[in-house]
Amino acid sequence: MPFRWVKSPFPKGTYYFSGNEAAAEGAIAAGCRFYAGYPITPSSELMERMAVRLKEVGGVFIQMEDEIASISAVIGASWAGAKAMTATSGPGFSLMQESIGYAAFTETPGVIVDVQRAGPCTGQATKVGSGDIMQAKWGSHGDYQVIALSPWSSQEMYDLTLRAFNLSEQYRVPAMVMADEAIGHLRETIRVAPKVEVWDRKKKRGTASFDIKEEDGVPPMAAFGEGERLSVTGSTHDAYGFRKTDDPEVHARLVGRINKKILNHKRSIIETEDYLLEDAEIAVIAYGFTARTSLYAVKRLRKEGKNIGMLRLKTLWPFPDERVAEVGKKVNRIMVPEMNLGQVAGEIKKCVPCDVISLTQTNGEVIEPEFLIETLKKI
Amino acid sequence: MARALEKYIRPGVKATPFCPGCGHGILMGLILRAIDDLKMDMKKMLFVSGIGCAAWIPSPHYNGDTLHTLHGRALAFATGAKLYNPDLCVMVVSGDGDLSSIGGNHLIHAARRNIDLKVICANNMIYGMTGGQVASTTPRGSKTSTTGEGNPYRPFDLCKLVEGAGATYVARFSVTQPVSLIDSIKKAILHTGFSFIEVLSPCPTQFGRRNRLDRPDEMMKDLIRRCILEQEAEGLTEEERAEKIITGEFLS
Repeated sequence: MPFRWVKSPFPKGTYYFSGNEAAAEGAIAAGCRFYAGYPITPSSELMERMAVRLKEVGGVFIQMEDEIASISAVIGASWAGAKAMTATSGPGFSLMQESIGYAAFTETPGVIVDVQRAGPCTGQATKVGSGDIMQAKWGSHGDYQVIALSPWSSQEMYDLTLRAFNLSEQYRVPAMVMADEAIGHLRETIRVAPKVEVWDRKKKRGTASFDIKEEDGVPPMAAFGEGERLSVTGSTHDAYGFRKTDDPEVHARLVGRINKKILNHKRSIIETEDYLLEDAEIAVIAYGFTARTSLYAVKRLRKEGKNIGMLRLKTLWPFPDERVAEVGKKVNRIMVPEMNLGQVAGEIKKCVPCDVISLTQTNGEVIEPEFLIETLKKI
Repeated sequence: MARALEKYIRPGVKATPFCPGCGHGILMGLILRAIDDLKMDMKKMLFVSGIGCAAWIPSPHYNGDTLHTLHGRALAFATGAKLYNPDLCVMVVSGDGDLSSIGGNHLIHAARRNIDLKVICANNMIYGMTGGQVASTTPRGSKTSTTGEGNPYRPFDLCKLVEGAGATYVARFSVTQPVSLIDSIKKAILHTGFSFIEVLSPCPTQFGRRNRLDRPDEMMKDLIRRCILEQEAEGLTEEERAEKIITGEFLS
């Protein structure tokens, strides 16, 4: 099997880490040995830690000239055999989109940590937001899938960055950790286990790198210099990487497969968490930092006798539509608090028959518990 | 001779994709001759290209690893691959628009870092694939599909640009100077550091036909007439010099 247990490179124990630092450690634990990035608030601490840590573990660190170069170098390194990553925030994430499409279409593993700030545009560099959720899925042109995870603590910056690498390697797809400024800069204790489960990409000598015959829809991936004489292109290509830019069948099959290989494995990719949902009449569906606020509010309102629960989305893409639909069938109303103008609420509305109330806030601040409690009391 | 190079061509590749009279096919062969002379192991060679006519010189034709990337980003992709696996001999073959316009920032930074990349810039002085629009390398006054009355701006001197940015091997030759060009490509391959060769390559289809050079042989003859060595330029008046193209090794 392509997964194995390895000793954690960071000694087991409890540490006091910011989210950004924890994400760097999660990446190192996953086997990341290449980082290319460009400074941007509020993600820079992640890059600074990677500069130090990759030197210690014998990896490669480079600060590139911009975010386009950063993600492009990540893709180049990935094809040279590296587990590779970059981190950024909104403006850099926007610049990376064309290359993210390239990675999706050429089935190149790689991890992008987006420490979201208040956008659009330069917005508020040091303030929080979660306005990049739709961009993560739809930012590049054409139809493709990505994997996007949503951490709510320093611990999960470690765990989900590690998981993002594993999923990215397993499915040969760019994986994103959609953090936000509040999580990136939050300092709290995290626990590092003595061993971590790590996935490595499948290899099979002499096999086409874009073949479709593999059972799981994920072809094996050789690296440059292994003598496989790879042909990699962002144009439409056949199983061997030959450009086929005027064959309707090849194009339809390729686009179909890169989407299906993710959607067919939705159940293994998607993770959600239920809180007090068993008898709930109202469900709060939340993710990222806002899920912390939401859980506090839900617990307080429970004490006051309100039948309320919470569904936390740890995976944002592929969207957890089945779980959301199940919750939607049981409850009367769903409230979706978000630090954007209802990006995930819109997705939830597609899956459920009940009322969906979108609670939005785009002022660069986290949603306060008292505000959420007062709003929930009214419904 | 032609058959001797066949082993460097990826099986299944049947024909070159270039227009009649294009210089890129000549360059495609000259690079392989340099590789053949040096007995390079194609299994350890990675050819990276961007988007445009010249990006098709290596991809998928060369029988090593080929990475056909996004428009302008070849050098950034190549930087990642070379840094992670320094055993690879990484050659970037792309066009003037790809490397110096949309990819201009990556070009100067790759040169500044002096990373061991062998960059061959096929300069046809125009955007060929998209229909002959003006490029950052189009000579002042030349007609293109977006400068009907002649290009009002001066072009980049690519060799001076990369030399100023920190490249450590810099040369310019035309496809009409095959012996010197093969020799230069060999030097670039053997050089450790950022090497850059600007290769002038005629585009009769898009450049020539708008500039009274619509026959392939006329464009070739024009290049032969205009390409001179630095020392040959010494005795020329400024006016005579202006229409010449100075070729040779500028930094080695």
